[in-house]
Amino acid sequence: MPAQIPADSVGLVIPQTAAFPGDLQLECGRSLPGYTLVYETYGVLNKDRSNAILLCHALSGDHHAAGYHQLEDRKPGWWEHLLGPGKAMDTKQFFFVCANFIGSCKGSTGPASINPETGSPWGLDFPMVTVRDWVKTQADLADYLDIAQWAAVIGGSLGGMQVMQWSMDYPERLRNAVVIAAAPKLTAQNIAFNEVCRQAIMTDPDFHNGRYYAHDTKPRRGLSLARMIGHITYLSDDAMRSKFGRETRGGKAFSFGFDVDFEVESYLRYQGSSFVERFDANSYLYITKALDYFDPASAYGGNLAEAFTPIQAAYLVISFSSDWRFSPERSREIVQALYTCNRDVSYAEIESTHGHDSFLMPIPQYVAVLRTYLQRVAEEIGL
Amino acid sequence: MKLRRDLAIIADWIAPQSRILDLGCGEGELLAYLRAEKEVQGYGVEIEEDRVVAAIRRGIPVIQQDLDQGLKNFADLSVDTVVLSLTLQATNFPLQLLQEMLRVGREVIVTFPNMGHWHARWQLGVLGKMPTTDALPHTWYDTPNIHLCTIRDFEQLCADNGIVIHQRVVLNDRRHSTWRNRLLPNLFGEVALYRCALGAR
Repeated sequence: MPAQIPADSVGLVIPQTAAFPGDLQLECGRSLPGYTLVYETYGVLNKDRSNAILLCHALSGDHHAAGYHQLEDRKPGWWEHLLGPGKAMDTKQFFFVCANFIGSCKGSTGPASINPETGSPWGLDFPMVTVRDWVKTQADLADYLDIAQWAAVIGGSLGGMQVMQWSMDYPERLRNAVVIAAAPKLTAQNIAFNEVCRQAIMTDPDFHNGRYYAHDTKPRRGLSLARMIGHITYLSDDAMRSKFGRETRGGKAFSFGFDVDFEVESYLRYQGSSFVERFDANSYLYITKALDYFDPASAYGGNLAEAFTPIQAAYLVISFSSDWRFSPERSREIVQALYTCNRDVSYAEIESTHGHDSFLMPIPQYVAVLRTYLQRVAEEIGL
Repeated sequence: MKLRRDLAIIADWIAPQSRILDLGCGEGELLAYLRAEKEVQGYGVEIEEDRVVAAIRRGIPVIQQDLDQGLKNFADLSVDTVVLSLTLQATNFPLQLLQEMLRVGREVIVTFPNMGHWHARWQLGVLGKMPTTDALPHTWYDTPNIHLCTIRDFEQLCADNGIVIHQRVVLNDRRHSTWRNRLLPNLFGEVALYRCALGAR
């Protein structure tokens, strides 16, 4: 809990809900009989509704990008470092919208929601959702909020994939696309990590084929393991070395047993067990699958530039030197494709030791690039 | 919008509405001018962090990249002109970079400080010390400039590698083209500007 809310925070925010009762046709061929989105907004929408920016969250993120829900909150929203009054993403200038995507477990319709046909939670009967489906629902939200065109759509990691999809599917509905620490598709290694995570969940005896809600339990060990694996891949070797090294917990001697000896073990176990309290295992399965499936170039024989042909938005692409889960090389593929199809694109490769998680951190050069770009966006729309 | 003299000459050489790549674009002055005045579509390439931010501030599409890693992300003949302004001498592989530029663009514009300038010759030949001039202000032990050449050297390199020089302008230390520069460019020219292309494609 903060003693008081810092002046550069958006402060207390209240999540809002939008219900979309019609059938949602999904990319997998199935449909959802209506759905709900939970979202938050920060800043004020101007009179001509031109200063709206959509934020797209990543795997374990949600609609709570900045501020606090209540004073007792231990932590602010996930992009607090970069989003707020006077910050790189300045709520004094822009009106930000961040929605939790469907399939997640943070309030929008997902596998833990009730299936109206059966009256019990969907579980693994929930249809497979994709990045393209998420973008479609976000476009519904834009209509609902009466926002014809976003000044920018911004996202990191899986959020960056949504930004790319936005610019391909609704080219005239965004002026700028900011893609941070993302990739045009996952590598085999990335899919492999996701599969290990899914196997950890699905082989947990408490998984009950996804119907663990009815058994009043959850696959704690599996989900915790999945998070531990994921977490290792979000940090860099250097970051782990400087954060933990080989320090033992409390400086104690080796236990010569299998309990926690090293700080890094203690940290990972904590990350795993705290994640179990705030995340649903089925959602983890669905979202990692959406990540695996994302590959806009596949419909064009692997030619990303061709997939990018409809794009009208100007792009800013940002990567981080120590990010090996979504390496700079992958961002350069995006830049190259945009260059090939003659679109305005700027690319910054930020020196950082924090690995993939860098996109959440207030790294000075990253802040400078993002702030400067958005100032430019503000000037262009006459803010 | 007023451009530095050497940049103004480069700008003159670039066709309106063409597509260009400005390698080592700095803060993007040239591209900003060309986009505003000649509707040129272009990208800057720059490695230095503050300059990348400055170019973004100007609204220039800028790609942060190390020229010593080559240009393999840019396709063959994907732009009309590739510009390398006062940067050739700071690259690790000048010939490879030139060849890469000629692959990516139909035409290249290269400018560099001339080591054959009398002032540099005086310092090395008579005073016996490594030259520092207006165009090359760095001390030998603290300089980004690792591949210095003279006008004669550069033209030899072009001749040896099938690179045709379409146009040359040589400027003195005040960035003017005078009769002395034109008569004895390698002696009186401080900055040389070239417009080149591959001989036979």
